[in-house]
Amino acid sequence: MRSRKLSPAAHWTSPSDSAKRTPTDGPLEGGWLTILLMWSKVGAGSVICASYGETDLSTQAEHSTTNRRDFLFVATGAVGAVGAAAVVWPLINQLNPDASTLALASIQYDVSPIAEGQSVTIMWRGLPVFVRHRTPKEIEEAKAVPLSELKDPETDEQRTKPGHEEWLIMIANCTHLGCIPVGQSGDFDGWFCPCHGSHYDSAGRIRRGPAPKNLVVPPYEFLSDTLVQIG
Amino acid sequence: MHKLIIAAAALVAGLSMAPAAQAAEAGAHVERQAWSFGGIFGTYDTNQLQRGFQVFREVCSSCHGAHLLAFRNLMEEGGPEFSEAQVRALAAEYEVADATADGGRRAAVPADRWPSPFASDQDARDANGGSLPPDFSVLAKARGVKDPFPTWVFNYFTAYQEGGPDYIHALLNGYHDEVPEDAPHGSDGAPFQLPDGKHYNDYFPGHAIGMGPPLSDGVVEYAEAENGTTVPHTLEQYSTDVAAFMMWMAEPHLVSRKQTGFAVLIFLVLFAGLMYGTKRKLWSGIEH
Amino acid sequence: MSEHSTYVPGNAVEKWLDDRLPVVRFAKEHLMDFPTPKNLNYWWTFGAILVMCLGVQIVTGIILAMHYTPNVALAFDSVEHIRRNVSGGRVIQATHAVGASMFFVALYIHMFRGLFYGSYKAPREILWILGVVIFLLTTATAFMGYILPWGQMSFWGATVISNIFSAIPLVGDSIKQLVLGGFAVGNPTLNRFFSLHYLLPFIIAAVVALHIWALHVPGNNNPVGVEVKDSRDTVPFHPYYTMKDLFAMVVFMIPFAWFVFFAPDILGHPDNYIMANPQVTPAHIVPEWYLLPFYTILRAIDFNILFIDSKLGGVIAMGGAMLCLLIVPWLDTSKVRAGTFRPMFKWFYALFVINFIALMYLGAQEAAEPYTTLAKVCTAYYFLYFLVILPVLSRIETPKPLPTSISESVLGKAHA
Repeated sequence: MRSRKLSPAAHWTSPSDSAKRTPTDGPLEGGWLTILLMWSKVGAGSVICASYGETDLSTQAEHSTTNRRDFLFVATGAVGAVGAAAVVWPLINQLNPDASTLALASIQYDVSPIAEGQSVTIMWRGLPVFVRHRTPKEIEEAKAVPLSELKDPETDEQRTKPGHEEWLIMIANCTHLGCIPVGQSGDFDGWFCPCHGSHYDSAGRIRRGPAPKNLVVPPYEFLSDTLVQIG
Repeated sequence: MHKLIIAAAALVAGLSMAPAAQAAEAGAHVERQAWSFGGIFGTYDTNQLQRGFQVFREVCSSCHGAHLLAFRNLMEEGGPEFSEAQVRALAAEYEVADATADGGRRAAVPADRWPSPFASDQDARDANGGSLPPDFSVLAKARGVKDPFPTWVFNYFTAYQEGGPDYIHALLNGYHDEVPEDAPHGSDGAPFQLPDGKHYNDYFPGHAIGMGPPLSDGVVEYAEAENGTTVPHTLEQYSTDVAAFMMWMAEPHLVSRKQTGFAVLIFLVLFAGLMYGTKRKLWSGIEH
Repeated sequence: MSEHSTYVPGNAVEKWLDDRLPVVRFAKEHLMDFPTPKNLNYWWTFGAILVMCLGVQIVTGIILAMHYTPNVALAFDSVEHIRRNVSGGRVIQATHAVGASMFFVALYIHMFRGLFYGSYKAPREILWILGVVIFLLTTATAFMGYILPWGQMSFWGATVISNIFSAIPLVGDSIKQLVLGGFAVGNPTLNRFFSLHYLLPFIIAAVVALHIWALHVPGNNNPVGVEVKDSRDTVPFHPYYTMKDLFAMVVFMIPFAWFVFFAPDILGHPDNYIMANPQVTPAHIVPEWYLLPFYTILRAIDFNILFIDSKLGGVIAMGGAMLCLLIVPWLDTSKVRAGTFRPMFKWFYALFVINFIALMYLGAQEAAEPYTTLAKVCTAYYFLYFLVILPVLSRIETPKPLPTSISESVLGKAHA
């Protein structure tokens, strides 16, 4: 379907044949640039002005009306570009988490029903989160480990909140490939991931196996002794 | 240019053919109220929405659900704008179903939606003499007023969108203790017969409504405003406030939508002017 | 290589590309250099406006589909979820809904322009027929889209229209079940309508491409209706018409934005804010305004015609009203294209436009006197116009003298 059939341009002689001001003359060149920039959806006014500057110097110095005309074209192009950008942004922004999702980005959880030595798994931002009420023995074990033995060195204090050391709150996905480790098992009195055999200790730190990092502690804070806000 | 004007006129003529038929037929004429959110400049009145919420909560919500209203909406900008602490405390007074909670229920949090007063529509019917109390979530937009020609044509230019709250306000004020003398007669000329358990309302389609008059003077105790003034504890005030609240519930982003609209329209007018100039300049050397 | 092309590859890369896939050449020929009559008026900008409308609907539609759930239990709430929770969702959803109406505003103006200026006449019959196909596809798409919010009007509109199929003798009920995927409108219906509503716009876009191809073979018709004779009659499409069309688009966006931002629900129906309920019919079922003229024709046939019962008769009339557009090129055999030069045609055409608006108005009225009689009269004129008036006028009318060329007519206007 090349142009012989498609193009009815038989009557159209080359613009330069015409005695009139021709379509590819200066001002129209400006129009072409305008539309290009307009659809480029980039609201960079300086870029526009720069390109126009060149056109201006090279082709249209002799027209007395050139400047005013060019200003109009530049202004139109710039306003159009701003408008296009203003339209595009909400079309992209709608991909972001919506208000109902964001409302659950931060949750409050009352830990008081969890007895010592018990854990619960709660959901936060679509991920399971372990909330473990540790026994004094577990805390002691965790504190006793020298950092030099750790693959991902972190002290127990860094993984808990001061005054609330009995609470260990971690995202429940193994840092290897995302399985959920089994609690109170493995060789370190912590968690054991059955998928690929990663062992975590009683502070959720990786001790042996393929996982590279400790179980992730989400951002959280204690609003009171029993109310914790995650996220 | 005159042809463009003709085009615009044709466009308007075309649009004005849009369904003029709105709900709430066969009722008395619904008076338009002066809503703070009416017209293109209208915004919600936060205090009014708070009062309306109080009426909804203390009276309406015992039978009517609002399953699309989340507690968090009550603290969002452009709404009643309660504080987060207020909303959290309010939500905690309600229980919602949650399969992961002990016993399948737990106290609500701001992210939860308003719990329905009945477990199912059938339960709601059984408790209300066979009538289903409609959900309030978008009710203010699901009701309207049928305007005669040419009023509905003007509505396109005034952007009148308040038929719902107008109707709700009228309905709440339209009860009669007894069937009035001017009630419509049946097709056989017999006087209006009100079925048992129904109530006569001037504005309800068919006039026999299942809901008894829900509001009357003094049923809701509004708090005093900070400056010591208080709004009247009257049916008129309650019905206006609750209708405004229902409009907000149905259209929570009305204010930001209109604000964006102004920016867009100003932009378009400016851009249209520039485009017209550009077009004229381009064509100035061409006979056409 | 085209002998008409003014494209000269600027460098080796462009040359390399041009020898293999001449897209740049194609774009230059058809989007920039294309010789376009220089006397086109603003009625000719609606083609570009329609391209914009299709683009707006596709973009907003794809976005809405990211958040929408096509299930009878969830659809209504998911649309509300878009309005309430999705960033900018209220405006995007309103743009799509209002956009459907604006699409038809532009579509009808575009079609009425073609009918007045004889744009369907040789050698542009295929161009016109493709346009009618686009109109039919758009109507189907809009109808199916209206089902998706799953409100009362969605449901009952689908129920009423799908009963059209049951009017077909013998196989009607089977076809209806096939279309609905059940015995009544239900979840299978909603799912397939969603699927097709997503598909059809892309088919429309393809037919639009054919439509433009068919336009570029003979070139544009124009307000005086005489063919282009030489280069003095034309200007290149870019920048003259790109900028003029763009200006018209921006102006068109003003009422569009007015409705989107200030009255997004005014073109819809309050009943569609009530979730679909198969047990309760709304007191007054009306289709969207753009379907009203054809709805009136459907309802106008309330009497049996020989062995055809009134239901089938209505369906035939409605289908015929749309399909007779396809044969207009052979009904109107007048040699003169533009209505401006046809002293009698002009008046019948004006009456046809008024009649069409009347049909639209009547579709929104209840089925009672005097509307039912008026509907019959207007329906009769609709068919009379195409099937009798156009062929007869072609024979008896004496057209005014035509200018010999576009440039002559333009100069005449300038000197007048």
